[in-house]
Amino acid sequence: MAQTAVVQGKQWWGGGRSPFNVEYGKLMMWYFLMSDAFTFGAFLISYGTIRFSQNYWPDPNVVFNAFPGAGHANLPLAFVSLMTFILIISSVTMVLAVHAGHHGDKKGVVKWMAWTIVGGFAFLSCQAWEWTHMITAEHAVLANGSLDVVGQTVRVNPWGADVHGPIIAQALQNTSHEGLVKLAHIEHGDQSFAQLGAMTDTQLRGMIDLNKLHVREMGPVAFGGFFYGITGFHGFHVFSGVVINIIMLVMAQRDVFEKRGHYLMIEKAGLYWHFVDLVWVFVFLCFYLV
Amino acid sequence: MDNHSHTASEITVHHAPSEGTGRIWKTTIILSVLTLIELGLGFLMYFTDLPNWVDLFLKGVIVILTMAKAYYIVSIFMHLGDEIRNMIMTIVMPLLLFVWFIAAFLWDGGSYRTMRNRYDKHYEQTTLDREMKAADTATHPLH
Repeated sequence: MAQTAVVQGKQWWGGGRSPFNVEYGKLMMWYFLMSDAFTFGAFLISYGTIRFSQNYWPDPNVVFNAFPGAGHANLPLAFVSLMTFILIISSVTMVLAVHAGHHGDKKGVVKWMAWTIVGGFAFLSCQAWEWTHMITAEHAVLANGSLDVVGQTVRVNPWGADVHGPIIAQALQNTSHEGLVKLAHIEHGDQSFAQLGAMTDTQLRGMIDLNKLHVREMGPVAFGGFFYGITGFHGFHVFSGVVINIIMLVMAQRDVFEKRGHYLMIEKAGLYWHFVDLVWVFVFLCFYLV
Repeated sequence: MDNHSHTASEITVHHAPSEGTGRIWKTTIILSVLTLIELGLGFLMYFTDLPNWVDLFLKGVIVILTMAKAYYIVSIFMHLGDEIRNMIMTIVMPLLLFVWFIAAFLWDGGSYRTMRNRYDKHYEQTTLDREMKAADTATHPLH
């Protein structure tokens, strides 16, 4: 290869051929991905800046410890590991589709693209579950001398420092009727908010077992914005990757690439899909591991 | 165009496509093993109460393992390692900006924290971990 380059050295940059020996569209996909890497990099680095500027930051093992169907079992890292492996496997099926394309093997391309799309949907479903779980969760927090129940949203963060001792019982006395209803609902989920709302404050206070209640202070507000912003932006990439992969699957199935003589579009879609996996490796690192 | 090469018309030098999928499966195993080691270290930090510097060291190891994973994804799965060196350099060299980008902005965050703790004592007292209260945060920017 190098030898050929030397022989044709004069003409490499004279136009009409690719000096990098790469198809134009593929080269431009690389440069797009490089710019996208800076976009994601800027998001993750700004998250790092804010995290470094805080005295307290929630422990990811405490924040992300749930698994579908496992109830309140403490399973740190388990679900996000599943998501990571789903993306790795879908990356493998994608590279197998590209490999089949190199050999002009239409059946192989269609088969592996289909599996890649399945992997993409599996990942998106996992993310939908995780977001729903975090937003709708019921966490008792101590704020302004009274208790409240919040989930993890972009406005509030329930993962501050642990609160122990008589301050909780004191705060319970200052808690509003609405707060008491939500607190009672944590331990008595079988009763509806309407049922609990009909009770008096004294009844509700009697239902709340302070020894079972895990109370924290409010955590850094920025956490939610960064978490939903960055995993959402990544999820949007996964979604658009799935759409692109579906289009590629349909085109391959309808012999568009067979007639064209090459499967380079599969390679370009593959680059995008692998990039999505690459970004997840860093999201996994910044939000869940360190 | 040569119909058997399965490449585009502007390609001058044609590569024979790789025959087997051995390299793909090998990379899959490497990526899985690296992820499992990362998880193992994560669990180690969670279930044992290690000194602060050991935690920091393990986090550094996890960052290096992540860089290794990124290398394998880009080089093997995205086939960047098979391209011409000059083309690789047009991708990799601009990414070196990240060295400054990360260092400068994390330093900035740490510096803001140190200064705020120095000049806003109320903030320091209400937000700092009890065991860290005595220490100067300038010496513990990573936490």
